[in-house]
Amino acid sequence: MTILLEANHAGKTFTTGGFFKRSEAYALRDFSLAIDDEKPIVTAIAGESGSGKTTLARLLLGVIAPSIGTVRYKGVDVHTMKRDQWREFRQDVQAIYQDPFEVYNPFYRVDHVLTTPVAKFKLARNAAEAQELIESTLNKVGLRPEETLGRYPHQLSGGQRQRIMIARALLLRPKIIIADEPVSMVDASLRATILESLLKLHEEFGISLIYITHDLTTAYQLCRDINILYRGAVVETGDVEQVIKQPQHPYTQLLVGSIPLPDPNRRWGDETVDQARRADVPDTGCLFADRCPWLMPACQNAPPPLYQTSPARATACYVYEDEAKATTKSEAEAVLSGEVS
Amino acid sequence: MNAPVLQVDSLHIHYQTLAGMVKAVNGVSFNLYKGERLGLVGESGSGKSTTALAIIRMLEGPARIIDGAINLSGTNLLALSDDEMRAVRFDRVSMVPQGAMNSLNPVMRIREQIRDIYEAHGKLPKRSELDGKIAHLLTRVGLKPEVAGMFPHELSGGMKQRVCIAMAIALQPQVILADEPTSALDVVVQRQVMETLGNVQQELGAAVILVGHDMGLMAQFVDRIGVMYAGRLVELASVEQIFKAPQHPYTQQLIGSIPNLEQKKLFKGIPGTAPSLLDPPSGCPFHPRCSEAFEPCTLDVPPLRETAPSCWVACHLYEKVVSHDHPA
Repeated sequence: MTILLEANHAGKTFTTGGFFKRSEAYALRDFSLAIDDEKPIVTAIAGESGSGKTTLARLLLGVIAPSIGTVRYKGVDVHTMKRDQWREFRQDVQAIYQDPFEVYNPFYRVDHVLTTPVAKFKLARNAAEAQELIESTLNKVGLRPEETLGRYPHQLSGGQRQRIMIARALLLRPKIIIADEPVSMVDASLRATILESLLKLHEEFGISLIYITHDLTTAYQLCRDINILYRGAVVETGDVEQVIKQPQHPYTQLLVGSIPLPDPNRRWGDETVDQARRADVPDTGCLFADRCPWLMPACQNAPPPLYQTSPARATACYVYEDEAKATTKSEAEAVLSGEVS
Repeated sequence: MNAPVLQVDSLHIHYQTLAGMVKAVNGVSFNLYKGERLGLVGESGSGKSTTALAIIRMLEGPARIIDGAINLSGTNLLALSDDEMRAVRFDRVSMVPQGAMNSLNPVMRIREQIRDIYEAHGKLPKRSELDGKIAHLLTRVGLKPEVAGMFPHELSGGMKQRVCIAMAIALQPQVILADEPTSALDVVVQRQVMETLGNVQQELGAAVILVGHDMGLMAQFVDRIGVMYAGRLVELASVEQIFKAPQHPYTQQLIGSIPNLEQKKLFKGIPGTAPSLLDPPSGCPFHPRCSEAFEPCTLDVPPLRETAPSCWVACHLYEKVVSHDHPA
């Protein structure tokens, strides 16, 4: 058992404001996750815009450095890696981005994004072998090479472009794929196809998948575990069945209750969602306190830790303090890494 | 139902491009009744937004309305001059745009932007009443009256979208067009905005056309759904009917591709890609992707026919159960 990618109490702050009014904005607080080589995971990171989802993806990809905590790959800090370790990391951990339009250079044929990694990582010995590798990889994501190769990006649909990006990631035989909103810009009818290709990669090649999204329905369909982020902090984490079907944290409940269900007989309830943030609640405790219907005095003093409320789930809310014994540090980490489920 | 407020009759819209004519809308007809919520769904390029833009006559540049009529309670909007149409916008038909962040003027306070609407239509209230009127408008969409003094950058996405709704209802129009009004918002805010839109629509008794591709949102909000494919309406029926017993093979696959929270199963996408509108396939535009296609599908375009009361389908499979030939 080797731990591949590991985030250890990682956090990121951005400094905003100028010379006179400098302030720190927390994009991500205290995030931990570990991906085991032998137990590939499919985990979702879900939250609204501004909850820190993309910051987390960028941290895990080594694009930005954490302000506190560490991100390690095979035990080595991603930001102090030697050249060959960095190269291995860049091959093993692949990203799929949100916008299948902007990742392409419009002046190159789409072949470019496939031949470049082959050349850079010396995946093939000669041109014929490279061509064969590219074509077989395209087939694996459900594209016909003769319909895609040699074309320019604008000649392909969004769904085709996004699947080429999945093929590009797959080409490198990665161990982990981090997909940041891979289907949010694709038509609904194509979403299913793209998520299917992602899931196939996990099932056939044992690739761990981190699926970052604001869409709880696709997260539920695709993933085994889920982490719900609110203002940069994990508020609920664990088995996707439990978290989505019986959400515990008031924020998760609000989120799940707002999903527009594709069923005209089960419409949103009549209760209006309380939008107004209470201004009198200090920002020192639970981050959700100013919107929380269950606000208690304890919520305003310190942020709640993740309480282990069942073997496969933990919730950061004082309401569950009595019900579950406070987790020790190691237990919380085990849940975050999906080991318990 | 009562008399329609809006009648769209065999609308054809083409885009002139360097590559040729893009046939974006090919004979769309439907009625919109008073107080009704109609959803127009379809994948990108199916002509749903083009249809909505045609109703408010905001198509630009290469788009040309080739044929058809749009009747707003007796007025043919396509026959109006630009000035006459300007008077109709906001007053009788208004639009809640897709990207609220890009549709407000960044250097004007909200108050000034709402005031503009009254002024442009010659309905500017007395100075003493204006502030109260704007405050009332903002409260109706769930915003605090203080928002009037703010600039768009001081508001969140959901608040900006509500300001757009407030502007859309300022002159109490009969028809509100909403083109994916919540596509940039997250689910909690989306629900709030849609509920706001629903409430003000009911108070006004206005009809709403919601354009989008999120079937979940459609199920939550609309009364009837029109499914568009390659610039044609392929099915038009009540929301219950569409979800419970879709008739057109495309609608069936569309419903089948929606992920749900009931059970984990691998949901299926729709195989193939949308047809090119430059050179659409012969016959039914869906036949190359349709698993039930048979001979007539490649030859004739099936007309929209009523197969059951208030249930319209354009598909050769339902030829035998025809009763009428004109859409409702």
